[in-house]
Amino acid sequence: MNGLTYLKNVVTLDLDQQKCNGCKMCLTVCPHEVFELREKKAFIKNKDQCMECGACEKNCPEGAISVRSGVGCAAGIINGLIRGTEPSCDCANTGKNCC
Amino acid sequence: MKEDYVTGNVKTIFGPVPQVSTVWSRSDIWQTIKVRWNLGRMNYKVESGLYAAGNPDATSDVFVSANFKLSFDHLRRALHGINAWILVLDTKGINVWCAAGKGTFGTAELINRIKIHALLNIVDHRNLIVPQLGAVGVSAHEVKSKTGFRVIYGPVRAEDIGIYIKSEYKATQEMRSVKFPLKDRIKLIPVEITYGKYYLALVPAVFFILAGFNPHGYSVDAAWSNGGRAVINLMAAYVTGCVLTPALLPWIPFKRFSLKGLLLGWLTAVLFLFLNLLGNNIFEIISWFLMMGALSSFLAMNFTGSSTFTSLSGVQKEMKLSLPLQIAAAALGLMGWIITRFI
Repeated sequence: MNGLTYLKNVVTLDLDQQKCNGCKMCLTVCPHEVFELREKKAFIKNKDQCMECGACEKNCPEGAISVRSGVGCAAGIINGLIRGTEPSCDCANTGKNCC
Repeated sequence: MKEDYVTGNVKTIFGPVPQVSTVWSRSDIWQTIKVRWNLGRMNYKVESGLYAAGNPDATSDVFVSANFKLSFDHLRRALHGINAWILVLDTKGINVWCAAGKGTFGTAELINRIKIHALLNIVDHRNLIVPQLGAVGVSAHEVKSKTGFRVIYGPVRAEDIGIYIKSEYKATQEMRSVKFPLKDRIKLIPVEITYGKYYLALVPAVFFILAGFNPHGYSVDAAWSNGGRAVINLMAAYVTGCVLTPALLPWIPFKRFSLKGLLLGWLTAVLFLFLNLLGNNIFEIISWFLMMGALSSFLAMNFTGSSTFTSLSGVQKEMKLSLPLQIAAAALGLMGWIITRFI
């Protein structure tokens, strides 16, 4: 695990273990080792490591995971504030730089 | 149009597929350097479609990538000595991870490309190797149910593909985790430096002009001396926020990027105080602490977008407090600095 962690107790990640079939897809796609397998079910082991990318939710065949995904990007949030939209790093039509 | 990384064609029953070089040319290297400095970065694309590395056949692996040329270049270089197909999605010239976040590197586009390029007929097997970070936009079970292809998430970094194949398509935890080492942070810094764009010339010019005002009218000498100091202080704060803070990120106390930037911004200001760059007037000194702290803090906060571990919820929480304070501090500092011209 790397030493870089962000703010604690803010992440919106949620897992419904009842629905989990133990396929381990969330363990595969998570870039920050947030999940582990306990008794053949996924378990959130490092919630504060989650960056809310949404890969686990997207790839859970049972729909057991929910997270408000988006970009953790100040410029994207400012973009949203200026345009009155959701945070967005989609700045293709403003000519601004983005990822 | 023939691109210089296309070296020939591989014949398939659906016509020729461009074969690409797996070595970077001098032009590829030069273009990479330019893109790292944000020159033409938003229009650095390759044609989306099917490509061949080496001489692939119906049994060869299919690797999926984005049409940002830097992503594509890293993949083809990683496939040196390997016969494989490369399926490039149309991500509007954006890299895999960011495009997956926007949904352009996504389930629909992948299904679309599988059909357009008749992948069912090009290969006998039903596996696609997708970079792991593409999972943000791709739903493996949906692709499977709609096309029959099984999405296998490969390593995060293309450079690990060689070992990944040798170890029988097992991505180790190391290959699947996103770290943010110094090497990666340094690569991102040039783009951060270009953040200010023309303001990097405009703001100093304004400070030079304002610096000449005094109670007796206007002094060109004062414009040079006070203005010169102002530009040095501002530039130093800028560099502190978008170069020093990203480079030293894990070693600076605090979790909030804005606080990391503020701390280093103030340390720079303290150093400059001793170098006599903040002026002799207490109001001007306070003004500089406000402006330099705000600028460095803001730019550091901006690096959340380049970092690989900040969540939307976290950045929103951080900004709620930091952004108004940064704006207030910058405005107060600017007012204070202007007022000290006249006392």
